[in-house]
Amino acid sequence: MKRTRETKTHELVRRLKYNKSAVFGLAIVVILILCAIFANYIAPNSPTPSPPELFKALKPGFWSEDKVEGMPLGADAMGRCILSRILYGARVSLTAGFVAVGIAMILGITFGTLSGYYGGWVDALIMRIVDIMFAFPALLLAIVIVTVLGQGLDKAMIAIGIVYTPQMARIIRSSVLYIKEMEYIEVQKAIGSSDARIIFRHVLPNSIAPVIVYGTLMLASAILDCAALGFLGLGAQPPTPEWGAMLSKSYSYIVSGAWWAATFPGIAILFSVIGLNLLGDGLRDILDPRLKT
Amino acid sequence: MEKLVEVKNLKKWFWIGKSPLGKKKAVRAVDDVSFYVGKKEVLGLVGESGCGKTTCGKTILRILDPTEGQVYFNGQEITHLRKKEMIMVRRKMMIIYQDPFGSLDPRMTIGSTIAEPMEVHKIGSKKEQEERVIEIMEKVGLLPDQINRYPHEFSGGQRQRIGIARALATGPEFIVADECVSALDVSIQAQIINLLQDLQKEFGLTILFVAHDLSVIKHICDRVAVMYLGKIVEAAPKRELFNDPKHPYTQALLSAIPIPDPKFRKKGQILMGDVPSPVNPPSGCRFHTRCSYVKTICREEEPELKCFENNHYVACHLFSNPVDTNLSGSAR
Amino acid sequence: MMYHQDKARRDMKTLLEIKNLKTHFFTHEGTVKAVDGVSFKINQGETLGIVGESGSGKSVTALSVMRLIPHPPGKIVGGEIYFEGKDLLKLEDKEIRKIRGKKISMIFQEPMTSLDPVFTVGYEIGEVIQLHQGLNKKEARKKAIEILKIVGIPDVEKRIDNYPHELSGGMRQRVMIAMALSCNPTLLIADEPTTALDVTIQAQILRLINELKGEFGASVMLITHDLGIIAEMCDNVAVMYAGHIVEYTDIYTLFNHPLHPYTKGLSKSIPRMNIEVEHLDTIPGIVPNLLDLPSGCPFHPRCDFSFKRCVEEMPELIEIENSHLVKCHLVKKRIRSKKVEWKNW
Repeated sequence: MKRTRETKTHELVRRLKYNKSAVFGLAIVVILILCAIFANYIAPNSPTPSPPELFKALKPGFWSEDKVEGMPLGADAMGRCILSRILYGARVSLTAGFVAVGIAMILGITFGTLSGYYGGWVDALIMRIVDIMFAFPALLLAIVIVTVLGQGLDKAMIAIGIVYTPQMARIIRSSVLYIKEMEYIEVQKAIGSSDARIIFRHVLPNSIAPVIVYGTLMLASAILDCAALGFLGLGAQPPTPEWGAMLSKSYSYIVSGAWWAATFPGIAILFSVIGLNLLGDGLRDILDPRLKT
Repeated sequence: MEKLVEVKNLKKWFWIGKSPLGKKKAVRAVDDVSFYVGKKEVLGLVGESGCGKTTCGKTILRILDPTEGQVYFNGQEITHLRKKEMIMVRRKMMIIYQDPFGSLDPRMTIGSTIAEPMEVHKIGSKKEQEERVIEIMEKVGLLPDQINRYPHEFSGGQRQRIGIARALATGPEFIVADECVSALDVSIQAQIINLLQDLQKEFGLTILFVAHDLSVIKHICDRVAVMYLGKIVEAAPKRELFNDPKHPYTQALLSAIPIPDPKFRKKGQILMGDVPSPVNPPSGCRFHTRCSYVKTICREEEPELKCFENNHYVACHLFSNPVDTNLSGSAR
Repeated sequence: MMYHQDKARRDMKTLLEIKNLKTHFFTHEGTVKAVDGVSFKINQGETLGIVGESGSGKSVTALSVMRLIPHPPGKIVGGEIYFEGKDLLKLEDKEIRKIRGKKISMIFQEPMTSLDPVFTVGYEIGEVIQLHQGLNKKEARKKAIEILKIVGIPDVEKRIDNYPHELSGGMRQRVMIAMALSCNPTLLIADEPTTALDVTIQAQILRLINELKGEFGASVMLITHDLGIIAEMCDNVAVMYAGHIVEYTDIYTLFNHPLHPYTKGLSKSIPRMNIEVEHLDTIPGIVPNLLDLPSGCPFHPRCDFSFKRCVEEMPELIEIENSHLVKCHLVKKRIRSKKVEWKNW
């Protein structure tokens, strides 16, 4: 099994090299992840200084003569270093994204595989539930779930995970439906393999490629939705440095001229979403079964 | 001859939705077929696409469940065995597929692909399994050091060898070879045909060789059954069938094959028309819509498969003096 | 007899002449020399067979003539293709479009995918006729019915309004042939026209192509892997292997006195209806990977007679007898040694 991954990775890297936008996306994502991991080394200041240094509130960054020393991107309304908060925020947002997509993957793969492999009434039942969930706008559904579960970043992650499950289930189902018809699955029946063996050893490993692609794209929207929940005050609670929350706490100051407090978290969200989308699109091109023989 | 596999009145219908009147329609892929395969015999099952030959092979192995009829393996009826009871039979019968690309899991090394049937049937320890894999790989002409490679690293012919190795792993008695050379290049086809013949002799295999190519069938089989629209229309020992084809369809099939020698260019009649749909097969003899000897009775009454001299079975109203009329329908 | 035939053949007008055609595909893994220096002629009214296994370059040759090589990654990197005296490779896109479909038509292997599923059969043929012959809609439909009748489609008046999926494989291939013939082409390229069809339908289609060839006086370039079809249909044959023509000759010589070891091996390795053998002769080894071709003659790793020179040097296509060309060091050697023997005697 080990060699599978090696050769697959090898092939992936080879194909990736020829896809410039994917490489660019990957670079952004890698930078983001590095920022998240090493935030406590890179960040010039603490994201949540106590006691708050209110005298620095809404001071501009390096572009102005009025800058505060040691805060290159300026300070927010509470006098906290925006750069540091963005770096720590990467940690929060990426974790939130990964956890949410992880939940969606676990639930989606389980239900999607059952649905696709067994078909019949199992399929009908699961797919009708999926249809019902699709009928609601994603963010609205997330808000409803958060309202039921209560506020907080952890609850927001679960809510987004649940909201993304139907999409993931559909993707894996269609993939399983395709793989199920392959002759190497049929031959398993001739051999006498059990359903569990067929699913775990043959169907799943071969249907996982689109999950990786859509997982990456979903990561981008999960970060965005998490920020949206944070913006609405339903996600991360202060003083957690979460990009969406940062944005919502600062956007009113744009009018008074302190544009930096809201702009930089916004740019951070933008870049991470662009990076993940480029990477996801690139992966789709690379893993597209139609291009493979 | 001792029978290894016997098929009695086998039917496999695929239901396809409902017609506006609420009546379910069926594709009658295999429609009341009876035949046997003797021990260590190679039986060719030949016919054009859609005649049900592949479905027939898969139904015998119970990859598909039969709609009606029985399949006997070594005298035991296997059509109604439960999943667990079936396992014991499955190790004795295997299948080789047509498509050397689709029939191997792209994410498994060929070593684990070949070992898988043994793993499923819990034959031997890990080490014994590996030894057996290497032994079989050598038998089918693969190099033992290729054991950790992946299918995409192999050519079509080599992949077909892997498929054959997997089929042989549990030491089966009966193999269904489903069009197993028709996807290969001409020069590779001969290699695989020879390999199959050698293995058949060495292991005393019984093979149901499903194919559309009569020249391959003629080369490899002992006996041949011709299918048309879900029915067997003729079955006979190879020489008998090729030297004295009785059914008009068999005759047409034989004359339609282009012979690789410009001296034999065709001038005579060729069979016109298309194969009718198996959803709504013609009444009476199913071939009557294309047959040039058609009589009134052909449209009305379905001919039975009757035995003539030299173990030659034909289902056609043109031939009416069977040797033994008691054998109604089943080609023994 | 043979002499007369030869003479007659030489007097015939050349319709298509390909000189040293090279079509390469530039992929990430490297350059695939799908066609690497192919030359042949097709005379008026002649059926030329091109036979070879997968990856031999037979289809790419046909697509090159049609100038339908997908670019990128493919590109015709060298050679000339003269059709009725004009070099097709030098024509503008607009000019080639006038020739393609009108003077040179092509039939593909898979009739389902070559017909557009959203149009009726009649509409598609009518469109081709309108485009190339400048007829109006009504006239075009009339002509379409006429042609569909010629290719043997029953109740044409009904069938003409059918969609491709409502027709059987054989019928669809007939429609394709009707489309190809609708503008009276002078060259018909058939790329594995019957591979997807059943034997009895194959026989019908092959006969149809032969009859229509006689009726319309077109030349045919028939691409196949099946030596049986070659024997049935062709006047001359080019055997291709790994992007090269390894042998070119008339049909009788090909089956009675093949010279290239590959041709010999190929015709011995097929099971035959008329001959019974215990074991088939085989060509050892596998069809080579075009990305990683052997040095010298590409067939040498599989050849029983290969010697040092085969590994080092690509043989040239030489004329052994009247229009019997072979690309093999062995053949050259044998003839030379024969000459030497003569002298010694």
